[in-house]
Amino acid sequence: MKELLLYLKDYKKETVLGPSFKLLEASFELIVPLVVASMIDVGIANDDKGYVIKMCLIMAALGVTGLVSSVTAQFFAAKAAVGFATRLRHALFEHIQSLSFSNMDHQGTASLITRMTSDINQLQSGVNMVLRLFLRSPFIVFGAMIMAFTVDVEAAFIFVVVIPLLALVVFGILLISIPLFGKVQGQLDQVLGTTRENLTGIRVIRAFGKEQDEIEKFDRQTDVLKQMQVMSAKISSLMNPVTYIIINGGLIWLIYTGALRVENGILTQGQVVALVNYMSQILVELVKLANLIITVTKAAACGNRVAAVFQIPAGMNQSVNQETGREREVDQGAGRGKKTSQDTGRKEAAAFGQTGEVCFDHVSMRYHEGGEEALTDISFQAGKGETIGIIGGTGSGKTSLVHLIPRFYDVEQGTVKVDGRDVRDYELPELRNKIGIVMQKAVLFKGTIRDNLLWGNEKASDEELWQALALAQAKEFVEQKDEKLDAFVEQEGRNLSGGQKQRLAIARALVKKPEILILDDSASALDYATDAKLRKALKDMEGDTTVFIVSQRASSLMHADKIIVLDDGAAAGMGTHRQLLESCEIYQEIYYSQYQKS
Amino acid sequence: MEKKKDSRQKETLIKVLKYIKPYGGLMTIMIIMAVISVAFTLYLPVLTGKAVDLLKQAGEAGFWDDLFHLLKKMAVVILLTSLAQWIMSICNNKIVYNIIQDIRKKAFRRLEILPLKYVDAHSHGDIVSRVVADVDQFADGLLIGFTQLFTGIITILGTLGFMLSVNVGITIVVVVITPVSLLVASFIARKTFHMFRLQAKTRGEQTDLVNEMVGNQKVVQAFCREDETLKRFDEINGRLEKCSLRAIFFSSLTNPCTRFVNSLVYTGVGLTGALAVIRGGLSVGQLTCFLSYANQYTKPFNEISGVITELQNALACAARIFELIEEEPQIPDRENAVLLNGVQGKVDLTHVAFSYVPDKKLIENLNLYVTPGQRIAIVGPTGCGKTTIINLLMRFYDVDKGSIQVEGEDIRNITRKSLRTSYGMVLQDTWLKRGTIRENITFGKPDATEEEIVAAARKSHAHSFIRRLPDGYDTVIGEDGGSLSQGQKQLLCITRVMLSLPSMLILDEATSSIDTRTEIKIQKAFAAMMEGRTSFIVAHRLSTIQNADVILVMKDGHIIEQGNHNELLKKQGFYAELYNSQFALA
Repeated sequence: MKELLLYLKDYKKETVLGPSFKLLEASFELIVPLVVASMIDVGIANDDKGYVIKMCLIMAALGVTGLVSSVTAQFFAAKAAVGFATRLRHALFEHIQSLSFSNMDHQGTASLITRMTSDINQLQSGVNMVLRLFLRSPFIVFGAMIMAFTVDVEAAFIFVVVIPLLALVVFGILLISIPLFGKVQGQLDQVLGTTRENLTGIRVIRAFGKEQDEIEKFDRQTDVLKQMQVMSAKISSLMNPVTYIIINGGLIWLIYTGALRVENGILTQGQVVALVNYMSQILVELVKLANLIITVTKAAACGNRVAAVFQIPAGMNQSVNQETGREREVDQGAGRGKKTSQDTGRKEAAAFGQTGEVCFDHVSMRYHEGGEEALTDISFQAGKGETIGIIGGTGSGKTSLVHLIPRFYDVEQGTVKVDGRDVRDYELPELRNKIGIVMQKAVLFKGTIRDNLLWGNEKASDEELWQALALAQAKEFVEQKDEKLDAFVEQEGRNLSGGQKQRLAIARALVKKPEILILDDSASALDYATDAKLRKALKDMEGDTTVFIVSQRASSLMHADKIIVLDDGAAAGMGTHRQLLESCEIYQEIYYSQYQKS
Repeated sequence: MEKKKDSRQKETLIKVLKYIKPYGGLMTIMIIMAVISVAFTLYLPVLTGKAVDLLKQAGEAGFWDDLFHLLKKMAVVILLTSLAQWIMSICNNKIVYNIIQDIRKKAFRRLEILPLKYVDAHSHGDIVSRVVADVDQFADGLLIGFTQLFTGIITILGTLGFMLSVNVGITIVVVVITPVSLLVASFIARKTFHMFRLQAKTRGEQTDLVNEMVGNQKVVQAFCREDETLKRFDEINGRLEKCSLRAIFFSSLTNPCTRFVNSLVYTGVGLTGALAVIRGGLSVGQLTCFLSYANQYTKPFNEISGVITELQNALACAARIFELIEEEPQIPDRENAVLLNGVQGKVDLTHVAFSYVPDKKLIENLNLYVTPGQRIAIVGPTGCGKTTIINLLMRFYDVDKGSIQVEGEDIRNITRKSLRTSYGMVLQDTWLKRGTIRENITFGKPDATEEEIVAAARKSHAHSFIRRLPDGYDTVIGEDGGSLSQGQKQLLCITRVMLSLPSMLILDEATSSIDTRTEIKIQKAFAAMMEGRTSFIVAHRLSTIQNADVILVMKDGHIIEQGNHNELLKKQGFYAELYNSQFALA
């Protein structure tokens, strides 16, 4: 939480000036009772109308200066709070973008988005409130006490007793009720979850005839919720009456002491009025303080949620990278820096591997520590320009395997090499720029078709875009659109069919002119004929692109140079269609489940 | 228009009163307590003023007796006020939370009997927010708003009364100046309204971008587009900063401005009051009393304008909840509805007609006679009515014309529960509840033993992946299956049905996300399980349905071809065309 304050550092001036002006305003407010007191003691006691009017003018002047300083304070507070939130949002977004795939899987996008939006908004109002009030309220409370001391020391001791007592009650009640509020919120989430579940699962729940059970479950949850709410309300509803008793008890005591002192001629009537006024100022300020504390606690909770995201280490685990980098630096002689290691990498690539070559050497990986291995001991080599097919059952590790090539995840054992160089030795952009990947779920972004295609290569010409579209079998339907390349794509590509989205996603990867092209089950929404045309086009593509095709359809990859059959994360067979059909039992099963033996 | 809105609000208000009625007793106590606490709160400054006046007589005979008498009175008033406050807020909370609970329970019960038609046609997010957020806001807004409005008005009236009884002139000063703060507040609110709207719009724009980019971060990273995305984000972020600053700063002027007006009121009271004291029409104590009234009187004014919008919001929320609660439920089961048991699997559809939208005909005159144990496959292009037949079989929707009979009994004469539990259903749209894998599998049979569970999971080929999860069968999965793959979710749904051993089976694209090899194994398990039981299978993968006894080829709500695989191939019709297309260019 504290580390977030870093983003306030550009607003040092504002964070100091805001509260200062607020204090100025508060000081003016504290003078008012004294003015009233002297109005009574001097003006009224001597029947001096001029004095009364003078005092009133002073009060009005105090009001005006109070207004001016308070407006200034609000401005600085708002500026600091908004600036803080803006910088924080920028930093958080940048950080989220740098998170690795496994961290994203772990975090869940929904929760990241709430943190990015509503949590930061809460934080913003928290900072704003703190800058405005956090100094002001205690200042008024203690200021009132000090002013009371200037009026009369003995009477002021009442304040010394009342204020800590009040603080004890207010903070005590808050301390007890804030965790209760948290629990209430948690229970409300449960109620919400059950309601949503009953909508999304309505068919299943009714099919199993479980309506009554669900009603009982819901009733149990709302009962618990109500009990929690009533419980926490009972405690927080003590706040007002108890503070009222304490303050006004202090008032009675004050009048009593005042009476004693007036009798002895130590205090005047007007001074007693001033003391009474200070007591009521404390009451008003205390209510504000309590509200402020609630806002701040909420903001702090949000702050912790945001800070938690920052604690997730950014990017891939770089340790391997740096170590090997260092070793190499030592090899090459010290003092040449990072660039040197990259250069050597390239030289090595030229020496040991051709471009587009991919090599897996006894690779194993798992997603969670302690979980089962997602891939076990995979070794193969894909030469430049080859087409590699990957087939296997649900959850057999096909996607895991191809995601290792652009280093979306790190291997646990073994190495993955691209162009003869360990993927961990690359700078990520350098590695990923070699690779065009089309994911299982075709994702497009809001914008025109051109905007989307240019993701592959900012500088691509229209001609190149059309070439990619033609290869991806998307040329026809784009041409049919009135706006052609400028046709608008809605968010997530909602206004396109599944097959159209997939073909545009393929075209986007092709615009990149990658050395390695990965198609992860990305033709599933295409009919058999289009799928076949696509494969033919890719085969005839210029240049020597290495192509990985992941599919459940044997027909999609039976013409590949090499087919890897995965079963439970291990390679169950490897070879051409013909070889596998003869030797690999699992491949046979897959093939004949799609093509009846004839 | 305006009138209509008014009468709708009135209607809602009447309904709201019905919910409050059971708590009439508490409500009465609350109102009495409110009156007491306000009256005493206002009375205290009078006593304080008297005490201050008394100080002038310090040293005189009887001064201490009078003072003690007064202080005792004050003590009693203070205690009574806080007691009344306390009772009031306890009553208030009890009423609020009970009403919330009552309404939620009622809404949820209605949810369980609403026809599928309603739920399918309405956004789930919207319904959820009615049950959760709207109910909260309604009860909060209505009751807190109501008490605030009520005590606010009593305070204003009470203060006015007290002030008038003491001095008319000063009262007029207060009455004239106070509304200025209201005017200032509403002026600022009006001026800042469009700034807030711009802020909300920009925020929406930003959330949109975050949603899109963070939601699809893997693609962003695969294309190394982090920098460009950040640039776009910063552009919006910069605009947001500007308009947020304006909105926040200008709206934050309300407080200083109203406070300034209040201090003017205070000064005005001080001036006129002090002059009155000098003229002799007022005591110093009364002046103190006035000064503290000046503070109290202005406060409810600042609050009331907020309270009124709050109340209107609360009523709007209430209207949305009542809409849900009053929604027409499905036709209840007949009183003498039959309980289905020992189902053999005879299902007859005669002259069935159905459509979702009255003027868009879908199924017309559909006839189908299924003998026990038959496997019926339904194929056809998207939108031909395959899934609709399943909706009708399960009686999620009622037929418009004709009838569906199970074991010779019209399904409208059978209890819904016994009809639906006779079928085991697996849908393409996999649904899992929050909880452990085990809880999900035993959804239809909560008392299943460990052996039964594992046996079912083995049959559905889910066992091997469940075993690999961190906590095996006790792994907790989030809403909608969380991190499981689509195929794994389908396997769990199949296991769920395997365990509950229904008399008939409905599979709607049940294996679409499972690879063909596992699918064949699962189908063998299904086949063994369904031996002699009727099953309905919808699939677009033709390999899935080749072994069905009867294949229905549907197009535009009609059955255009019917027969087994070989018969249909021989026919050289629509089915044969469909079948051959998958080999065309392979």
